[in-house]
Amino acid sequence: MSTLKSIGKRVLGSVIVLIGVILIIFLMLRILPGNAIITMMGEHVDEENIARMTAELGLDKPWYVQFAVYVKGLFTGDMGTSLKYHKPVAELISTYFPTTICLAAMAAVVAWVVGIVCGVISAVKKDKLVDRLFMGFSLLGVSVPVFMTAMVLQYFLAYKLRIFPIQGTTMGLISYVLPAIALGWNSAGSVARLTRSTLLEVMQSDYIDTARAKGRGATGTIIFHALRNAMIPVITVMAMQIASLLSGAVITETIFSLPGIGRLCVDAISGRDVPLLQGSVIFTTILVIGGNLIADCLYTVLDPRIRKE
Amino acid sequence: MATFNNNSNNSAALSEELAGQIGESETLGVQLRRMAKKNKLAVFSAILLILLLLSAIFAPVLTPYDAVTGNTAERLQGPSFEHWLGTDEMGRDVLTRLLYGARISLAVGIVPTLVSLIIGVALGMTAGFLGGKVDYIIMRFADVMLAFPSLLLAMVIMYTLGDGVINIFLALALVGWASVARVVRSETISLKESEYVEAARSMGMNPVKIMFRHILPNCMPSLIVLFTLNIPSAILSESSLSFLGIGIQLPNSSWGLMVNMGRQFFNQAPWISLAPSVAIMLVVLSCNFLGDGLRDVLDPHLNNQ
Repeated sequence: MSTLKSIGKRVLGSVIVLIGVILIIFLMLRILPGNAIITMMGEHVDEENIARMTAELGLDKPWYVQFAVYVKGLFTGDMGTSLKYHKPVAELISTYFPTTICLAAMAAVVAWVVGIVCGVISAVKKDKLVDRLFMGFSLLGVSVPVFMTAMVLQYFLAYKLRIFPIQGTTMGLISYVLPAIALGWNSAGSVARLTRSTLLEVMQSDYIDTARAKGRGATGTIIFHALRNAMIPVITVMAMQIASLLSGAVITETIFSLPGIGRLCVDAISGRDVPLLQGSVIFTTILVIGGNLIADCLYTVLDPRIRKE
Repeated sequence: MATFNNNSNNSAALSEELAGQIGESETLGVQLRRMAKKNKLAVFSAILLILLLLSAIFAPVLTPYDAVTGNTAERLQGPSFEHWLGTDEMGRDVLTRLLYGARISLAVGIVPTLVSLIIGVALGMTAGFLGGKVDYIIMRFADVMLAFPSLLLAMVIMYTLGDGVINIFLALALVGWASVARVVRSETISLKESEYVEAARSMGMNPVKIMFRHILPNCMPSLIVLFTLNIPSAILSESSLSFLGIGIQLPNSSWGLMVNMGRQFFNQAPWISLAPSVAIMLVVLSCNFLGDGLRDVLDPHLNNQ
């Protein structure tokens, strides 16, 4: 019961945040810049066109009416019509979304598998050469800009060695390998560092000594006893990384010319397409809030101590 | 008598040890010297950052070349003795452009981080000190800001405000304050319960005065650490924005914009993009090393979180 209750509380909190997010994006794109039409259509527009567009987009109504209309539309999957592509925003998002999901999922696999394996090995071989090497590799991953990794991988593995395609999605899943590595390295670094530090902390506790005293081998103790508890904070961070993977996809998608949501956002900005920008940013943020909510709930379920708070 | 002496010695040693653990008896200078002794990497990073800052300021003295006009006869040359990091598509010296670009890139690291720190402190301290409805509203607002993927939020703000260096500062400050507010709020709440704040309050001290005289100085260690660790994310955000073409615009130059400009020549002249990328990486790494080192000595509490 207490688990359900605390999950319910978190869901409610997320809904409040969600409303806030939609309101802020809405206000920023529609109200703040003064006249949204001029922002959209450039500075040399005649009066008549401004009046026509204003009425067409419902911008002559007060902002709260516009907001209510927009939120109502969101529930029915109506996010307005793109000014650049002349198509419904929802339709564009559903066409571009699979690419981003595919990229983020593959990057997550890279990040989590590499991160956890490196972290565990580093913890076991603490202060040995392997540990130093892996931790240096992780630190580099955290510090290197995504565009640098992407361009260097593209140059060597695609342009010079021709193992992978340079751009686009023509080769199916293989075309996602380089973007996924570029995007995932950063997250792999933080997962590896966190796995190492929590595992080292857990290995100090009494129950690990008990397990060892009962005759479990070193590897068995780590896998069956230590890792289970050490993973709790790691899993939370992993779920929260969905956010950075989705927004980091903007740059990776631009460099590798992948048709994803990030590309859509950049297109929307360069094409001054407010409905499209609004829709794709709100859509991505909803996913991120969902990811964080899952992380919170997982944490509550995995660690009984949290429920009492 | 002997026993008594022994006892008092023990307690004196104990309180000294406790004070050492809490870090209260040490001044900032002592703590920094302790870090310098323990953590050579942090010191090295600090020196590197200071050198970089100085060379950005004194760029015109350090390089004989011009950052804006180049010699087209020397375009796309690889690194050589004359041009240490090669030349770009307009025959400009890449190292020179790197030094001039550092001015904006480092300013973007420092100024918005400072502004977001001030906003975060003001809101976080108010929320923690007043509690109740004010706290609830401020913190929900912070939750909303933290829910956005930061790059996307910065992109939307840049779209709304338009291009320009000042607008980048503003966008990054607006993106960064929420996490500062969270830390400051939780510190304020725990400090509010301490005896000396109670004492100040019972003497009738003005709440604003309590915040500035008693709470803010105690938040300083965490703030210094946060400042150092938030600089890299500001620099990375700016370079990402400029890379996408929605950040710094010509004729200004930043490292992110240099990467963006060099991208189309990457296959012939990778050094144009690589030099600023490596510079960004070095600054980010140095700030992280320095921040970690500072955290170890200044704020063991933050380390546990």
